[in-house]
Amino acid sequence: MKAQMNIRSLVNRDNNIVQLLVMTVLIFAVMTALSPDKFLRYYNFESITYIFPELGLLSIAMMIAMLTGGIDLSVVGVANLSGILAGVLFHKMAGAAGIADTGILTVLLGGVIALGTGLVAGTVNGLLITRLGITPILATLGTGQVFTGLAIVLTGGPAIVGFPTAWAFLGNGKILGLATPFVLFAVIAVLIAFVLSRTALGINLMLIGTNPKAALFAGLKRERMVLYSYMLTGVLASVAGIILSGRTNAAKSDYGNSYLLQAVLIAVLGGTNPAGGRGTVLGITIAVAALMLLSSGFQILRFSNHLIDFIWGAFLLLVIALNAYKNRTR
Amino acid sequence: MALLRRSETVIAGILLLAMVLIGTINPAFWQLDNLFSLMRSNVIIGIMAMGVLLVLISGGIDVSFPAFAVAAMYLTIKGMLALGYNGVVLPLLAATIMGLAFGAVNGFFVYKFRMIPLIVTLGTSAMVRGFLLGVVGTSMININKMPTALIEFARTDVVTVAKPDGTTYGLTAMVLIYLGLALAMHLVLRHTMIGRSAYALGGDPEAARRAGFDLRKTIFFIYCVAGALAGFAGLLHSGMIWLANPRDFVGLELDVIAAVVLGGASIFGGRGSVLGTMLGVFMLVMVKNSLIIMRVDTTWQLVVVGLIVIAATALSAWRDRRRAA
Repeated sequence: MKAQMNIRSLVNRDNNIVQLLVMTVLIFAVMTALSPDKFLRYYNFESITYIFPELGLLSIAMMIAMLTGGIDLSVVGVANLSGILAGVLFHKMAGAAGIADTGILTVLLGGVIALGTGLVAGTVNGLLITRLGITPILATLGTGQVFTGLAIVLTGGPAIVGFPTAWAFLGNGKILGLATPFVLFAVIAVLIAFVLSRTALGINLMLIGTNPKAALFAGLKRERMVLYSYMLTGVLASVAGIILSGRTNAAKSDYGNSYLLQAVLIAVLGGTNPAGGRGTVLGITIAVAALMLLSSGFQILRFSNHLIDFIWGAFLLLVIALNAYKNRTR
Repeated sequence: MALLRRSETVIAGILLLAMVLIGTINPAFWQLDNLFSLMRSNVIIGIMAMGVLLVLISGGIDVSFPAFAVAAMYLTIKGMLALGYNGVVLPLLAATIMGLAFGAVNGFFVYKFRMIPLIVTLGTSAMVRGFLLGVVGTSMININKMPTALIEFARTDVVTVAKPDGTTYGLTAMVLIYLGLALAMHLVLRHTMIGRSAYALGGDPEAARRAGFDLRKTIFFIYCVAGALAGFAGLLHSGMIWLANPRDFVGLELDVIAAVVLGGASIFGGRGSVLGTMLGVFMLVMVKNSLIIMRVDTTWQLVVVGLIVIAATALSAWRDRRRAA
């Protein structure tokens, strides 16, 4: 009874979720029809649960930045820099036993460094935006370049290969038969959903995004809230970096370049309003799942990566047009 | 006094200071061939910066112009090879029109759907690059296949100087094209209604609409011109480097945006000048080139450009808020 109520209120509150679910089912059906033997294999879905969390976390990060009408173009740079700094630490600390057997304490330290990188990077973004009053687009465009640049300086260009086994578990392992990154993503997504809908921070961010002037007159601490939101964004990006480096057992300055466009696309597709005030973790999660199905389907159909980029771009413009059309009729 | 308070004067001062500093560290900076090659490096970024200036003045942003430039360049040269055509004017015209058509798509989405320009241009950029590499091709067109007329045209020099050892170097005539386009942009921005409407739009869109400006015309003009300049610069670039690479210009958007903001254009729209932008372009190109002269490791380039963007935007934000207060 209660569950039914919940679903109904969910549908009433945001019919965007229903549309997303319909779209996901549609994509699933079309891909199944196009290549039933390859698309429906268990292996295909299992590999999606490994790749999906990185992009999902980056998209949630993008959504949080968009809540206040901002954007974070530095997420991919933060993710790579986090992975690389942890990798540099492991290579420095690696004893005679080799990197794979690095002690758990070192791995924990690496985790702290990676998350700390995200926190510092997010704080820098937040301070540039709130204290110096730079527009989010240009501030994060600049810092993203600095983070990527630092990653190049640290590595000299090539990838850092080889991470401890315990680290790789975060990207490759299994907990109770489920991919570790997937479990991590689920936990973080629930946490963020809670923060956004049930805590003062989340409510404040929504209000600031809906009407900055009214929020100011209502006495909300705009600067501090926006700063917190960019710190959260940075930390989420660094978690994505940890998972990415764990999964591929390597960290490089130009990994995941196309993730930026995809994260923006997923945030917009998932019902986030880039002008601020609206966005849900649930919407993002369904949108990532839909796009992952689409992308794996295209890969099975042997589309080149460039062509898939083309489709992402086209999809983004299509979603913009559809959203505008929807808002007009309402 | 009024001259001293203009941002162009400040930028020119900083530029001179930086030149003296770099020249002291390495006197090779002041050699004529280095200065000529600096001016040569200004041309392509400078022409693109004119388009970005227009977009920033209107309060928008464009990250798609490098994709448009590379697409117009590669498609034009592919077309020339397929048709066996060897010329200069028609291909440049074709590349410009292609860029203009791409820009019109940006304008359409920005105006019709009221979407944030950054997100629109991210989308069009991915589409154009994806189409170019996924459908048209990924192979470079090298000097042995490049149309000779283009290369000959881009090799024209204004002045040629002979070195003591007999080799010659010169100032490329492409600088004149850059200066001509900059002058045209200056006249459009200062003395035409469409140019003034770009400033009005960047200052306050609602006020501009009520003052009677046709914002549809303005927005289409802005993004079409930005695209057209990018297409033109793209083809000119391939003539200057004797190569057509479909993966060219990756990450160039940041350099150009940095240069324009460095040149005093406001990040909030409504302010900016051609002269300031030219100084900003020169400053950025000089700093990037001088990193090599000053023996800084090239891996630091991204960090330096990123820091320049942050510093320039912070200054711009500080100045504009103080003015508003």
